Amino acid sequence: MRLPCPLCGDRDHREFTYRSVALDRPADEGWSDAWNDYIHLRDNPAGPQDELWWHGAGCGAWLVVTRDTKTHEVLGAKLAGES
Amino acid sequence: MRVQGKGLIDRSQPVRFSFDGRGIVGFKGDTVASALLANGVRLMGRSFKYHRPRGVMTMGSEEPNALITTGRGAARTPNVRATVQEVSDGLEVRSQNAWPSLDMDLLGLNDLMAPFFSAGFYYKTFMWPQKFWERLYEPMIRRAAGLGALSMENDTAPMEKAFAHCDLLVIGSGPAGLMAALTAGRAGADVILCEDEAHFGGRLRSEAEEVGAMPGSVWVDEVLFELGQMDNVRLMPRTTVTGAYDGGTYGALERVGLHLENPDLLPLECFWRIAARRAILASGALERPVAFANNDRPGVMMASAVRGYLHRYGVLAGQRVAVFGNNDDAHRTARDLAAAGVDVAALVDSRPDARVAGWNAGDFPIYTGARVVDTKGRKGLTGVTVQTQSGLQVMDVDCLAISGGWNPTLHLACHMNGRPVWDEARQAFLPRPNMVPGLEAAGAASGVFSTHGALTSGMESAKNALQAIGRKVISSDAPRAEDTPFAIAPLWHCEGGKGRAWLDFQNDVTVKDVKLAALENYASVEHMKRFTTQGMAPDQGKNSNVNALAILADATGRGIPETGTTTYRPPFIPVSIAAMGAGARGKGFAPERFTTSYKAATEARAPMIEAGLWYRPSYFPAAGERSWRESCDREVSMVRHAVGVCDVSTLGKIDIQGKDAAEFLDFVYTNTFSTLRPGRVRYGLMLREDGHVMDDGTTARFGENHFVMTTTTAAAGQVMAHLEFVAQVLRPDWDVHLVSATEQWAQFAVAGPKSRALLNAVLDQPLDPEAWPFMACGAVSVAGVAGRLFRISFSGEHAYELAVPARYGEGLWRLLLSQAAAFGGGPYGMEALNVLRIEKGFITHAEIHGRVTADDIGMGRMVSASKDCIGKAAASRPGLSGAEREQLVGLKPVGAVRQLTAGAHLFNEGEAPVRENDQGYVTSVGFSPTLGTMLGLGFLKNGRARHGETVRLVDHVRNVEAVCEVCGPVFFDPEGGRVRG
Repeated sequence: MRLPCPLCGDRDHREFTYRSVALDRPADEGWSDAWNDYIHLRDNPAGPQDELWWHGAGCGAWLVVTRDTKTHEVLGAKLAGES
Repeated sequence: MRVQGKGLIDRSQPVRFSFDGRGIVGFKGDTVASALLANGVRLMGRSFKYHRPRGVMTMGSEEPNALITTGRGAARTPNVRATVQEVSDGLEVRSQNAWPSLDMDLLGLNDLMAPFFSAGFYYKTFMWPQKFWERLYEPMIRRAAGLGALSMENDTAPMEKAFAHCDLLVIGSGPAGLMAALTAGRAGADVILCEDEAHFGGRLRSEAEEVGAMPGSVWVDEVLFELGQMDNVRLMPRTTVTGAYDGGTYGALERVGLHLENPDLLPLECFWRIAARRAILASGALERPVAFANNDRPGVMMASAVRGYLHRYGVLAGQRVAVFGNNDDAHRTARDLAAAGVDVAALVDSRPDARVAGWNAGDFPIYTGARVVDTKGRKGLTGVTVQTQSGLQVMDVDCLAISGGWNPTLHLACHMNGRPVWDEARQAFLPRPNMVPGLEAAGAASGVFSTHGALTSGMESAKNALQAIGRKVISSDAPRAEDTPFAIAPLWHCEGGKGRAWLDFQNDVTVKDVKLAALENYASVEHMKRFTTQGMAPDQGKNSNVNALAILADATGRGIPETGTTTYRPPFIPVSIAAMGAGARGKGFAPERFTTSYKAATEARAPMIEAGLWYRPSYFPAAGERSWRESCDREVSMVRHAVGVCDVSTLGKIDIQGKDAAEFLDFVYTNTFSTLRPGRVRYGLMLREDGHVMDDGTTARFGENHFVMTTTTAAAGQVMAHLEFVAQVLRPDWDVHLVSATEQWAQFAVAGPKSRALLNAVLDQPLDPEAWPFMACGAVSVAGVAGRLFRISFSGEHAYELAVPARYGEGLWRLLLSQAAAFGGGPYGMEALNVLRIEKGFITHAEIHGRVTADDIGMGRMVSASKDCIGKAAASRPGLSGAEREQLVGLKPVGAVRQLTAGAHLFNEGEAPVRENDQGYVTSVGFSPTLGTMLGLGFLKNGRARHGETVRLVDHVRNVEAVCEVCGPVFFDPEGGRVRG
């Protein structure tokens, strides 16, 4: 698999580390259902999914990669900070 | 036997090699199989299960029978296909799976026992008793059934792995592949052309057909010459594409030095990862056999192989040949053999209405509507029985060329889980479009079997690929070539003979086995495969799977499309682990990281221990010391009473700068850093978002917007990734910049009552005690080099860590040690460091192992109530703090047994040491020379409230039992007076 790093171009997947599906961190101060969802619950869709990947063996950028979980097709990638 | 004037071998260059010790002479360009056939050797191996005599069937990498072992000693390689291995002078080839010899194999007895060995025999017979599985049944079965054997020696032959990139990967170099490469090459695209054989050209080198009014092989040479002139085309012979993976990535195995007499420094094989924008699968098709009784005798070969050996190697597979098929392609073999002067005993065509083009009365006899039903000849074919329209006829022949049709080599197209479609007209599975994104099948691989069709299809596929990558297509026409339509009638199994009819020659699976599978209701093709082992040999059923599922379809009363195929998985051919793991042998398995004091430490004969990828000194043996404990005890006392020096450069160092750096640290640490004054250091605790401890360490503030964080050695990489995640993903609007400086700074702990005195001996300016209280930090100068000093302690002593740019590390280490002796000091290693920190109750990742919370380690109050931080919300969950948790405690032996072991579990006295009564566990132990006893750290249920109690330590693995007193984790100087002194 190859991932299109916005800074480095198409790179082999072994330069990257997968973290999780891309989720918004809850703003709640204390424990809440939103926190429970964020830490424990995953949708596991069959189809496109936004995922967090770290280009640790490359430029060090955190990316949001859109990947089809059925076909592994990579539909795009952007820097995680640019939403 | 060779035919004069035929073949593409170089008859001026004889090659001498050996087969089972017997000298064989072949020619340059021969494979082992062609050279053996030329020398009249037909018996080349014994079959897997029944030890049946077998000869070569094919001329390609799909060969099921002619498996050989090459080389000797550590270089011995089993299960090499004789059809792939090229001959070289001095090559040693041996047959396999026969004892005492290929000619007289005593295990051939298995063949007579065949009635007992039907499919499922092993499953049904060797069930009980269970303890016999591993010790008796498996070794016994493995000895009798098998392929070649490994040498069990460490093979150090060089291997390689490499990456390549291209616009277009062309897989196969027959007419379709060559035409595709030519079309794309002329258009200027970056092309890689992979051919699994030694020579490009595919079937064009094995047929009598002409291309563009010249012999096929001449046209091939012309195209190769043109491709060779193109800088944008890379030709890769002996390279088999083994798998198709996500995103246009392909695996390929290149035989680099395997065909050479002396590969010298060349790797034997290279495993390639090829990233291609588009790919064309021009891998051709594999001819399939027909099942009938005793269709496995040496001399029974594929029709295309028989004429291929003639055209390519000038080798006759037999003196008197019968040809048997169900399609027009088989006719070529009869015609070509007759034209070469071979005695063709008969052309047997199962179709009653078959017409043989270009046949003249007197060429050879033709039997239409006839079938071969049996053969004879134990170690080599001597005759065949043909069921003709007028009855059974026995013919004396020494070679039978069979063709049951052609299976497109579509394996790669199915590697991403696509299923092929059954084509009734061609009686074959064909690839569907886009089964692998970006891969298009062309030529015979797509079911286009005529030469002209293949040329055109290769050209069209290349044009599609060029269009897809936005390149201009130069239009041209495919050269002239034969374009006869393909005609076939299904034929899978001819009944009427006496004996087993083979499907999978490599795994010894017969028609009867598949029918038994159906009878026992293993009716799904995947179940049949596993019940019979059909297609599970190294050849993965390349020339048998379709036949077997056709038999299964018949036995279960379904059609072939409903029955479906088993799953095609990479690799397409066997790939040696040595090639895939090239470079990873021994020390190549993982990088080694060395600190700047490594050389000096090894000179001092310090044994090294691995800490992650780092190599760190375990202890520094002094003269007369006989055990690590003696050295460790001495080093601990040295630090407690004088001064010790320890390399702590392996700890992660992260430089953090920016206007929001302080706020950032407040967010990633549980405690507050924005209140830290410049010139001061603070201990910090970091949680994961799930509320458990991630790491701890100190962070120094050098300026308003400049911090240097230290992490533990083990978690340095994890913490760096985590901080980058927080900065880039959670707080992208903050001004904070991170860089790892672990390897840029050499850092040495100088610890002990005389640490300041030692530092004053090396620093350019002596330290002002008032300016350097505990937890101070700042710039210093050492021999004119700008360094950093931190007054921090992991030993509980008055201590510092002195850092200099890494290029001065070795010099500073030697300088510190040269001065330390005068103060009764010296170096200390990991063992002493560990004892020192246990005496002080300082934690490492033995304690913060991923399942403990801040409260568990007694740091619950470090989670600041006045600010948010990573993990704070989750840490507040019920069940993550309080008396029900296992809490950090100290343990001291108080019974007769003075030994403590890490990993042991804790139980209440008087309770049975079983899981239900578990009270906790021990994480770290060490002998404290300071206190004269072993000490332990561990976790105990409600431990903080149980100081003074005694518990029972039980190590079930090492059989240790000791009574311990529970105490606070800080054993030595709990007031902390020494560190401030």
